[in-house]
Amino acid sequence: MLRSAINRILLATALIVSSLVGAQAQEHGHEGEAHANHAGEAKATKGKFDVGGMIMHHIKDDYGWEFAHGVTLPLPVILYSKDRGLEVFSSSNLAHGATYNGYKSEHAKIHRVNETGEVDHEAKIYNFSITKNVASLLLSAVILLLVFSAVSRGYAKNKGKAPSGLQSFLEPIILFVRDEIAKPSIGPKYTKFLPYLLTLFFFILVNNLLGLLPGAANLTGNITVTLVLAVITFLIVTFSGNKHYWLHILKPTGVPVALLPIMIPVEIVGVFMKPLSLMIRLFANITAGHIIILSLLGLIFMANNMGGMGTSIAISPVVLFFTLFLNLIELLVAFLQAFIFTLLTAMYIGSAVEEHHDADHGIGYEGTTSELG
Amino acid sequence: MDLLTPDLGLLFWQVVVFLGLFLILRAFAWKPITESLNERENNIQSALDLAEKTRLEMTALKADNEKLLAQARSEREAILRGAKETADKMLAETREKASAEGQRILEQARESMQNERVALVAQMKKEVVTLSLDIAEKVLRKELSDKASQEKLVTDLVSNSRLN
Repeated sequence: MLRSAINRILLATALIVSSLVGAQAQEHGHEGEAHANHAGEAKATKGKFDVGGMIMHHIKDDYGWEFAHGVTLPLPVILYSKDRGLEVFSSSNLAHGATYNGYKSEHAKIHRVNETGEVDHEAKIYNFSITKNVASLLLSAVILLLVFSAVSRGYAKNKGKAPSGLQSFLEPIILFVRDEIAKPSIGPKYTKFLPYLLTLFFFILVNNLLGLLPGAANLTGNITVTLVLAVITFLIVTFSGNKHYWLHILKPTGVPVALLPIMIPVEIVGVFMKPLSLMIRLFANITAGHIIILSLLGLIFMANNMGGMGTSIAISPVVLFFTLFLNLIELLVAFLQAFIFTLLTAMYIGSAVEEHHDADHGIGYEGTTSELG
Repeated sequence: MDLLTPDLGLLFWQVVVFLGLFLILRAFAWKPITESLNERENNIQSALDLAEKTRLEMTALKADNEKLLAQARSEREAILRGAKETADKMLAETREKASAEGQRILEQARESMQNERVALVAQMKKEVVTLSLDIAEKVLRKELSDKASQEKLVTDLVSNSRLN
């Protein structure tokens, strides 16, 4: 009882923090866009630094991996089209709007270019490029495999002994996921879902942390990535849902018959809202964090735009202090969001596999409140 | 690659990489790790159980020991009591025997003393008789030198003698 109460408090705190961060990010996002437009115009005339463009460039995907201005790691572009088949070439060929092999990158999308040099929007191209995000994804996968194969070896090596090294560092986190997330949320059937929850937690955590590094990709702040994670959770919940779960949706207990025409659609919407909220929460939180940090750093350049070098140097210490502070917050958010995503996934699975019929009301309510986050 | 529109390429790679990662980690990391953790927890639990069992056994053993000790103590007391009784009895018996023996010896001594006395008296009587006879004889010899005195003496003797 005490544990579930603590979990709820944690969750509530997490939701409040995430909604605050989200709200801030929205403001900053709008500012950023406004500045982007404004600065875009300014750039055309005076060649000033475009903060909004910089921010968008950083949080969006790209064909090459730009670590710093001008230092770009070219990545493979992989295209498939019905008429030309599979094509692979380096992203450096498309840099700065260049046309290569009849392709041109426009607004970060690769389009076919016809003989006259005009972009052909009709041609259907399937783009499987190893973009910056995909490269970061592969990097995180490699890190996870290396780390956890080492941890796994540690368990084989230290059989019957105390854990050591990396193993002892990660064991509390693994135990946390098992004992604080999986066990209380899912119940006795947790073992079946534990591998997914562990993978999910560490995948999100590692990518959140990787995203905080300078010049890194914004993978967990990408809607495609969170979409995939949310859809997998949705599929697991849907396919492991038992009789009680479906019955609860079709005929909620304790609800007067007159309310059923309202409640059943609400419940059905809830089934889809849960993964949707998971998807948007992670995406918004991580992207927001990146936007805030970049906006703060952008203030230096905006000061330069408006007041010259002296102003920008003068405000730098203040901006750096806030950036440092927000980086620490983001560090917290990195863990928090991994925890929330995993905990909510575990709760949704728990509500789907629970045998006890009356007990899933609490989780149902949590599900509804979580959509507010 | 807009902020809010999912991208086909990334979707493809994310599905492939995440599922691959999940399958590999499940087989080569999560399974051995969770198994080892469970095994270790079971070991710890069984060790704790064993300790608890041993503790209970120790308590039982201690109780047994105490019982044995109490038994030994009571036995010792019983033995001591028995020994004391025996000793007392023996002492009493000895004392009784000794006093009886003393009594007997005393009796014997008294008896022998009596005998001695009787013998002594007899002897003395005999001696006295002999002596008296001797004296009498001598006196008589001297006295009875004449006839008259002889007759007087006999008369005296006859009158004075009592048959003892």
